[in-house]
Amino acid sequence: MIIQHPLLGPRDSSEFVYLGDASLIDRPDWQAENAAEAFHDYAYLRDNPAGEHRELWFHEGGDRSWLVVTRNTVTHEISRVELARDVARTRGRSK
Amino acid sequence: MRYSGFQVIKEALTGHKGWKPAWRDPEPKPQYDILIIGGGGHGLATAHYLAKVYGHRNVAVIEKGWIGGGNVGRNTTIIRSNYLLDGNEPFYEFSLKLWEGLEQDLNYNAMVSQRGIINLIHSDAQRDAFTRRGNAMILNGADAELLDADQVRREYPFLNFNNARFPIKGGLAQRRGGTVRHDAVAWGYARSADKNGVDIIQNCEVTGFRIENGRCLGVETSKGFIGAGKVGCAVAGNSGRLMGMAGMRLPIESHVLQAFVSEGLKPLLPGVITFGAGHFYVSQSDKGGLVFGGDLDGYNSYAQRGNLPVVEDVCEGGMALMPMIGRARLLRMWGGIMDMSMDGSPIIDRTHIDGLYFNGGWCYGGFKATPASGHCFAHLLAKDEPHPTATAYRLDRFRAGRMIDEKGMGNQPNLH
Repeated sequence: MIIQHPLLGPRDSSEFVYLGDASLIDRPDWQAENAAEAFHDYAYLRDNPAGEHRELWFHEGGDRSWLVVTRNTVTHEISRVELARDVARTRGRSK
Repeated sequence: MRYSGFQVIKEALTGHKGWKPAWRDPEPKPQYDILIIGGGGHGLATAHYLAKVYGHRNVAVIEKGWIGGGNVGRNTTIIRSNYLLDGNEPFYEFSLKLWEGLEQDLNYNAMVSQRGIINLIHSDAQRDAFTRRGNAMILNGADAELLDADQVRREYPFLNFNNARFPIKGGLAQRRGGTVRHDAVAWGYARSADKNGVDIIQNCEVTGFRIENGRCLGVETSKGFIGAGKVGCAVAGNSGRLMGMAGMRLPIESHVLQAFVSEGLKPLLPGVITFGAGHFYVSQSDKGGLVFGGDLDGYNSYAQRGNLPVVEDVCEGGMALMPMIGRARLLRMWGGIMDMSMDGSPIIDRTHIDGLYFNGGWCYGGFKATPASGHCFAHLLAKDEPHPTATAYRLDRFRAGRMIDEKGMGNQPNLH
């Protein structure tokens, strides 16, 4: 698989380390009433879709940036690559 | 028809005209006591033990493709019970004991071959870890034997003992481990279940569950609605997809694992060996091909095919372990979809929906577990309580903090 890095252009996927579902960006509020339950779901439960999947890849053998890759889990086709930093900011995170 | 040597000779003399199909091809009935989704090894084994051990005969297995077309026909056929943790080892030892009596139980030649498995040791720390594991196995009634380098050399003289980076210092052997012809496991269980009255319905895909007031009444399928008192799901890599139809999110990710077979060679490997420095395991099939595999590709996938970087990685593992493998040509490679759980251990449990039961999260160790998984799932479905060897495989263990994490990797499914 070739990942179109937004800054570096086409890079082989073997340069990257895979983390998992991009929902891991949305860390629950630790002060909320239901924090224990929310962290259980956050840490252990996954949608695991067959089809389009947004996921986190870390460019360990490159510029060490985190990317959000939109990839089809049935065909392995990659349709979109964003910097995880930008995704997190649009979701209201400071960094 | 009972299979026997006498039957083979009789058929040989009469032109093999008397063999019958090994199971029926029935249409689904409107209602069953117990319905099992997934006609793989685990689903068929569940049906067999439900009928034979627990006396439930109004049972059906539904399968979206053909039986044995999934992971039971895609694995590297290894059986063993060399686990460390208390939640796991009694279960896998129960499984190995069932393997030992499987062919007599099923009246089917599954080519169970206890040719032994050796996990190689490459460092002092690894020897300590394997010594501990061997002791845990013995405490749980399994067999284990710690070998030094010379003992390994006597059995496998061609391994790369003096590899500068990963020298072979010994091994942990389990003599009762070995290989089984995996297709025959699916067929043997299917034949036996069918003979005991279980309906095996192929080309029947589940499209949804009928759930009313928190109770599962049956499933919608491509062949119409099928009602059931209890529904058991055993669909391996498709667990997330299927349970998603019941509104559940699971502690599971689906990943692709590749396996490989070389061209047929003369007898070379007497047993199964695993390379402990990288991740590489190899045995030789009775047809002569070297059957081997390595790590997951590492990303979520439902594709049943992997990519080249892992092919290269697996072949490098093979070259490091036994350099002569480089002269063999690769014949075939394929992928299967693994239901990787968050702690690397399986789940056999009720769900929060009455009448809906789940069996999954087998990661890439499901084949060796087939008999015990079927037996324990049948026990759960028949008695509504877990089998004594499978009490730890709860769906809520992540919430309760009772993970069974053999490798200590945490909630990172692609590392288990």
